[in-house]
Amino acid sequence: MADERLPPRGHEISQDAGSLEGAEDFVTTAEEERVSVATQWQLMWWRFRKHKVAMVAAAIIILFYVVVVLADFLAYSDPHASEAKRSLLPPQGIHLFDNGRFSPFVYAIEGKRDMKTFKRVYQVNLDKKIPIKFFAHGFPYKFLGLFPTDVHLIGVEAGEVKTEDAIFLLGTDMLGRDLFSRLMLGTRTSMTIGLVGVTLSLLLGILLGGLSGFYGGAIDNLIQRVIEILRSIPTIPLWMGLAAALPTYWSVTQIYFAITLIISLIGWTELARVVRGRFLSLREEDFVMAAELAGCSQMRIIFRHMVPSFLSHIIAATTLAIPAMIISETSLSFLGLGLRPPAISWGVLLQDAQNVQTLAISPWLMISAIPVIIAILSFNFLGDGLRDAADPYG
Amino acid sequence: MIAFLVRRVLMAVVTIWAVTVLSFLIIQLPPGDYVTSYIAQMSLSGGIVTEADVIALRQQYGLDQPIYIQYIKWMQQVLRGNFGMAMEWGRPVLDVIGDRIWLTMIVSAAAIVLTWGLALPIGIYSAVKQYSFGDYLFTFIGFIGIAIPSFMLALILMYIGFRYFDANIGGLFSPEYLEAPWSLAKVWDMIKHLPLPALVLGLGGTAQMIRIMRANLLDELRKPYVVTARAKGLPETRLILKYPVRAALNPFASTIGYLFPYVVSGSIIVSLVLSLPTVGPLLLKALIAQDMFLAGTIVLMLGVMTVIGTFISDLVLIWIDPRIRLEGR
Repeated sequence: MADERLPPRGHEISQDAGSLEGAEDFVTTAEEERVSVATQWQLMWWRFRKHKVAMVAAAIIILFYVVVVLADFLAYSDPHASEAKRSLLPPQGIHLFDNGRFSPFVYAIEGKRDMKTFKRVYQVNLDKKIPIKFFAHGFPYKFLGLFPTDVHLIGVEAGEVKTEDAIFLLGTDMLGRDLFSRLMLGTRTSMTIGLVGVTLSLLLGILLGGLSGFYGGAIDNLIQRVIEILRSIPTIPLWMGLAAALPTYWSVTQIYFAITLIISLIGWTELARVVRGRFLSLREEDFVMAAELAGCSQMRIIFRHMVPSFLSHIIAATTLAIPAMIISETSLSFLGLGLRPPAISWGVLLQDAQNVQTLAISPWLMISAIPVIIAILSFNFLGDGLRDAADPYG
Repeated sequence: MIAFLVRRVLMAVVTIWAVTVLSFLIIQLPPGDYVTSYIAQMSLSGGIVTEADVIALRQQYGLDQPIYIQYIKWMQQVLRGNFGMAMEWGRPVLDVIGDRIWLTMIVSAAAIVLTWGLALPIGIYSAVKQYSFGDYLFTFIGFIGIAIPSFMLALILMYIGFRYFDANIGGLFSPEYLEAPWSLAKVWDMIKHLPLPALVLGLGGTAQMIRIMRANLLDELRKPYVVTARAKGLPETRLILKYPVRAALNPFASTIGYLFPYVVSGSIIVSLVLSLPTVGPLLLKALIAQDMFLAGTIVLMLGVMTVIGTFISDLVLIWIDPRIRLEGR
């Protein structure tokens, strides 16, 4: 029976002779040839590339992380500087051309108090144009956290601090802080908290999921029950309880890490499930059996043979887990139990938009919701694309 | 089936135990014990706490003993229905919570019913008419549903309602029923207010359910038995509803166990935005004021209710899927 699978001897010899005729039997197009010699990762990349929406999502996410790295370069005014004289200023439109020449400017805005309602009202002064300068000097910061500088992408005349002669692309909040600059720094916090949280979850998930899937039996049973229990408890009340217990005297950084820890402590279950599933199905594969028979140690089987073949699935599952982390942080901070001012994150920004009365007067405070939605959608689409590409042989 | 039920009941008991431990943990976490905060609270409001009271309180909760004894003592009190005092309110925790816990469950259950009611027909439609305009439309709405956190959706709807319809769409009762005792008219009033919060809460879950249902049904529709049935001339509607849909329902029903905690969780934060009289706003207030008995009790009750809800959905699952009934024999 087994002999039937072997090619006829004569054929083999003709191939061995290295003649061109022998090769003709196996002529393949260049395209097929390319596929058959491609590595696993190359195949995945080719398949992923076909998923147009995922490609766009990937580009958007890269853009988001560019903002994360360059946040204080893109911000043009100090995100913590408050000024009562420009509280709740509406967004300004940028005018790109001045008399047909490219020279972006905004009109100055003058504020005064309405003596009837005591509300601050703002009026655009069409006579006064404030030119926008590129690479202008502004508040000092450290570029990439290393080099002290005060150059920002855009800004107004150097040293200009007069309240009305500044730019407010997205308006200001109640305390007169510039929303655009705050949004840039909030993006940094929220997008990194997703990454840090997912890393912690991943470590827990791989460890426990791996143990569960590799050993099976009682350990598997125990870990699976723990996961079931964790998943059947409503998470937000639990997070709220844990987050509220964080001491108020903790620094912004300490709170940041504590919140990430709290979120990932409950978020690891889904990843553990994926890892376990992969382990269970791979354990039955022939190549694992072969490695076992060849006398490989368990560690070698896991890390040399099993991990590379499910790494792609883990990456996909991880990508799909990030949006949940971002939503969790945003929800907690929105409630006032997550990150607290002076920390800036999307959730902290949205806290200003909590009640309808505020929104009715200053709808631009809701702008912070847009990056949240875009980021979550992009991560979902990217994760979908990655998941489809994760198994290029399927 | 008996085996399945026993397993589920055991699971539920263990889960409830885990919930009590976590709630106890939440009560214990803040610095200082609750007798100190109780005394502080009492003296703030002008009450007098005698030395004897303090000792009695400390003994009642076993504060001088190791933590696990404290837990057991606390559990004993809880089982007797004594959840402690809500300090900020100066009333027993149960009084403060009142029917809020039931309203939380009603809102969550309404969201689940809506999720099912929407996801099932839409999922079937999307699978049967794959790649039609409707399919694309629902997929698009589904993605939006997944991407917008429920509280944000609530905010946006509130804003739209306020801005363009000049109506406050929050709340669960009309003003005239707010303080009124329960009556049929009040229940009817609540039912009229339910759809919006239910929709806000259910949209995320609905979107996921539609995707699951669509994928499952598509797999089933390709199977030979469908072709056979069609070849034998079974009417299309009957064919789809009787066989592939039933087979596709199973994974659909088994995810409900995770859907319920998710919806309860979401209801907490949505209630704040839509000002629903659920335990959500109460929990937040309690946590901010470090009123730990109230907070811990709410977490405990929510957890237990969720476990019961999940258990009920498991029973539904048994009823839908005969394979589980047969498995345990």
